[in-house]
Amino acid sequence: MSIDTDIGAESGPGGPGPTTAESRQWTARVRHTAESAFPPDQLLPDRQPAYMASWIYVFGVLTVVSLAWVIITGCILAIMGPSWWHVSSTGHFVNSLHLWSVEFFFFFMVIHLWGKFFMAAWRGNRRLTWATGVIAFLVSVPAAFTGYISQQNFDSQWISTQAKDGINATGAGAVWNVLNFGQMLMWHIVLLPIGVIIIAGLHVLMVRRRGIVPPFAVGDAHSETPVAAPLEEPA
Amino acid sequence: MVLGALLAALVNLGGTGKYIHWGFIQISVANFIVIILMIVVFILAILLPFPKRKGDRQ
Repeated sequence: MSIDTDIGAESGPGGPGPTTAESRQWTARVRHTAESAFPPDQLLPDRQPAYMASWIYVFGVLTVVSLAWVIITGCILAIMGPSWWHVSSTGHFVNSLHLWSVEFFFFFMVIHLWGKFFMAAWRGNRRLTWATGVIAFLVSVPAAFTGYISQQNFDSQWISTQAKDGINATGAGAVWNVLNFGQMLMWHIVLLPIGVIIIAGLHVLMVRRRGIVPPFAVGDAHSETPVAAPLEEPA
Repeated sequence: MVLGALLAALVNLGGTGKYIHWGFIQISVANFIVIILMIVVFILAILLPFPKRKGDRQ
């Protein structure tokens, strides 16, 4: 990083692009790339295409809301600990909220997946949007399964002893031992949630960048470029 | 409290799980109901009209 004493040479918003001095700085390069990839009005739009006025388009945001509840209730459970969620009535309630928000997360995500599959949502250069969605789903499954074996009760003991046969059959049991409670808890509350949040965040960014996929009747099924919306409505 | 007792009486989640057997397919009743619900919600999401606010263009 260098210190530029020539204030006039700086490029502000709407001004000229990066100067030669700026272009050597990774901070400037990242900033200009981010600004060109995600202009503010595209990152947080206030209008959406008219074809989005359909119930099938609401399941993506419902999935994100469910994920937010999963994280909030999971943080509360982590703060209070198992002696609280197994004994106290409030702990039971938050534990149930955590379970049911996961149920709704997968419920909405699967309907979202069905809707996007039948729309061929990878059209219009949206392959990365589709791919990040698939990866988010695949990472969410072990995130949920490790939750079953982190309950610290007889149910989790039963599930983990059943799961070990399946995991061992794949050969992964050598490094991923479902009977190792500490390892599974760390995967459940650290690694897999970080993975889900990062991938889901990338997925939402890709949706913002490429736009919502149009239905077949509006767009061209074989088009590689985003289709202009015929009408717009407030988001 | 009354609602909770009513719901608890309707669905007892504390008992032994019930399963559907169909040839080599075996699925719990709870999972089967969830899958049916997802299909129903998916179909309704396609068929039901989305509410429009007054003044919105067609």
